[in-house]
Amino acid sequence: MTTIHPDQLTAERLAGLSRGAGSPTPAPGTGDGTLIETPGVRPPLVLNNRSFKELTDIICGYVENPAPRWWFPIFAMAATIAGLAGALILYLVVTGIGTWGLNNQVDWAWDITNFVFWIGIGHAGTLISAILCLLKQKWRTAVNRSAEAMTIFAVICAATFPGIHVGRQWMAWMLFPIPNSNVIWPNFRSPLLWDVFAVSTYGTVSFLFWFMGMVPDFATLRDRADRRLRANPEGGAVLLPIVPIRIDRLRATIYGFLALGWRFSSRHWHRYEAAYLVLAGISTPLVLSVHSIVSFDFATSIMPGWHTTIFPPYFVAGAIFGGFAMVLLLLIPARELFPHMKDLITLRHIDNMAKILLATGMMVGFAYSMEFFIAWYSGNEYEVYAFKNRATGPYWWAYWTMITCNVVSPQLFWLRSMRTTPLVVFIVSIFVTIGMWFERFVIIVSSLHRSFLPAQWGMFHPTLIDIGIFVGSCGIFLTLFLLFLRFLPAFPIAEIKAVLPQASPHYGHENEPDGHGDVAAPAHGGHH
Amino acid sequence: MSTPVYVTETGEPLHAILAEFATPRDLYHAAEKVRDAGYLKWDTYTPFPIHGMEEAMGFKYTILPVMVACGGLVGAGLGFLMQWWMAGVDYQMVTQGKPFFSWQAFIPITFECGILFAAFTSIIGMLAMNGLPRWHHPLMKKERFLSSSDDKFFVCIESGDKNFHPEKTRQLLEQAGATSIELVEE
Repeated sequence: MTTIHPDQLTAERLAGLSRGAGSPTPAPGTGDGTLIETPGVRPPLVLNNRSFKELTDIICGYVENPAPRWWFPIFAMAATIAGLAGALILYLVVTGIGTWGLNNQVDWAWDITNFVFWIGIGHAGTLISAILCLLKQKWRTAVNRSAEAMTIFAVICAATFPGIHVGRQWMAWMLFPIPNSNVIWPNFRSPLLWDVFAVSTYGTVSFLFWFMGMVPDFATLRDRADRRLRANPEGGAVLLPIVPIRIDRLRATIYGFLALGWRFSSRHWHRYEAAYLVLAGISTPLVLSVHSIVSFDFATSIMPGWHTTIFPPYFVAGAIFGGFAMVLLLLIPARELFPHMKDLITLRHIDNMAKILLATGMMVGFAYSMEFFIAWYSGNEYEVYAFKNRATGPYWWAYWTMITCNVVSPQLFWLRSMRTTPLVVFIVSIFVTIGMWFERFVIIVSSLHRSFLPAQWGMFHPTLIDIGIFVGSCGIFLTLFLLFLRFLPAFPIAEIKAVLPQASPHYGHENEPDGHGDVAAPAHGGHH
Repeated sequence: MSTPVYVTETGEPLHAILAEFATPRDLYHAAEKVRDAGYLKWDTYTPFPIHGMEEAMGFKYTILPVMVACGGLVGAGLGFLMQWWMAGVDYQMVTQGKPFFSWQAFIPITFECGILFAAFTSIIGMLAMNGLPRWHHPLMKKERFLSSSDDKFFVCIESGDKNFHPEKTRQLLEQAGATSIELVEE
């Protein structure tokens, strides 16, 4: 996870970012200096030759400095929208799910669409923190914390929808095998119950992974507050003029509690790294299982358009696709708005994630065409009709929105110049997010609305409550993410320090400050 | 061993000698020296895990992965037993024309329970073996030590070590290139 590659300095030099240069001027064609493509040379992971101290100051500064001017207005807006969701859910609970547009024929509609949409978005976080960790992709250190946070917030949004769809929401606890006065147990043969276990396990494990990653960073925040208190026992900012609680006292207490007494011992780090690797190892099959199980909700039924074996891999690829789009949607504005964040989230990060969007977009495109092929090849007339109806029936516009957004728009990323222009990547990510929502809408509504008999045909029209609760869930998501950026360490401080060149115990052996040839000498002890 | 033999100038029992180093490289070589001098009750403190420290300090492999495997197996076993008992014994109901004990359908939940228990074992096991949570420690009283969370590197040799000697231990750390050395009270 933390192997140090001596090529970073060579790369910085080749990219024009010489050590100690006051204002780096990257060489042409290397973007901010990270897009260098010399074989055998790794581009810098952190720009501007940051020291350990500077990194601590930058990342802790997001929490300790006063909020940027844009933060509160946006937060207030997001929180208002989240409040709207709360009000509408309350209205739904006291009135009944007839306030939604679903009906006897289309009995799963926006609610389950939203559920699958949000749970899919959650997959990028665990993919980055677990699978990219096992694959030793060191660039993940800059994005993993915020992607994990995003995962947890997306799971919270996702879990809301089946919870309020059950009809009598006060009975939702019966989803779990809890002893009850009816002496009945849930049906363990139902994929819906598998879903309950998969999503709750996923939420719990993601939270544990996220929290464990933050423990050393909480300790850093604690120590900084503690040092300020020791240096200035009488002064320092207070919470509010009327509340004489000093902010640093509050920080030392709260972050200190959350840090669990972490004190950066190497013996602790040793077990911590083992635990991290093990968690990454068990999260990898977990993340693949969750969306597979979500897809079983559909695939194990006999509904034409749902009853296909391609669903598990197709759903997992789609989840990663949608999840990475959301990571980009959040981080591209964040790196513009927060000071020095561009040193941590470089153009190469955006380039890498755009490549993942292209690859997973092609996978879902393949799945879309394979579904049509298999429908035709099966010779089953209901299956053939279900797909013909998807593309040309009353919901044709949803289908073609999905194809345009998910299959056509990522094709821009074949061009390197498009992948490395944040604005383009941001706009494509918006398209992908819209497309992935429509994908779930198409799968659910267009399959259900015309099943075997014409007597079972109907249409679904969303009501204002449907729309309001979905918009509200976006507000809940954004509110939680803004709070995260403000109050929690948004980057893994220790992990990023560990991938700096000077973190290597052999740094200085092969990189003498007085310079040497253009090719970095092989590292001593490269076996580490 | 737990009875302190040494006291500081103020008369408080001595916990350890704390030495600060400027770079990971200095710390790494100092750790090798301390290891070779035969100390056992000592530790290094670094803002991030330094690669190869387990070798420089002479650690054994941690048994944590074995514990996690056991936790995962126990979780999966309990999950499977729960389903067998609830669906196959306690509340028998014909669904989908399947046998009451239809183990194939129980696999997804068995798997999820295994993962859940393994994850809890790994984080609780890691914290327990590290002796955490523990919100107090003699080292935390030292202001200089707080920069171990920022950009400084420390070696700490406890006075309870059988090789500990106030002069010789200090000398060892000085020769290893410590930038500052101080005593830590219990």
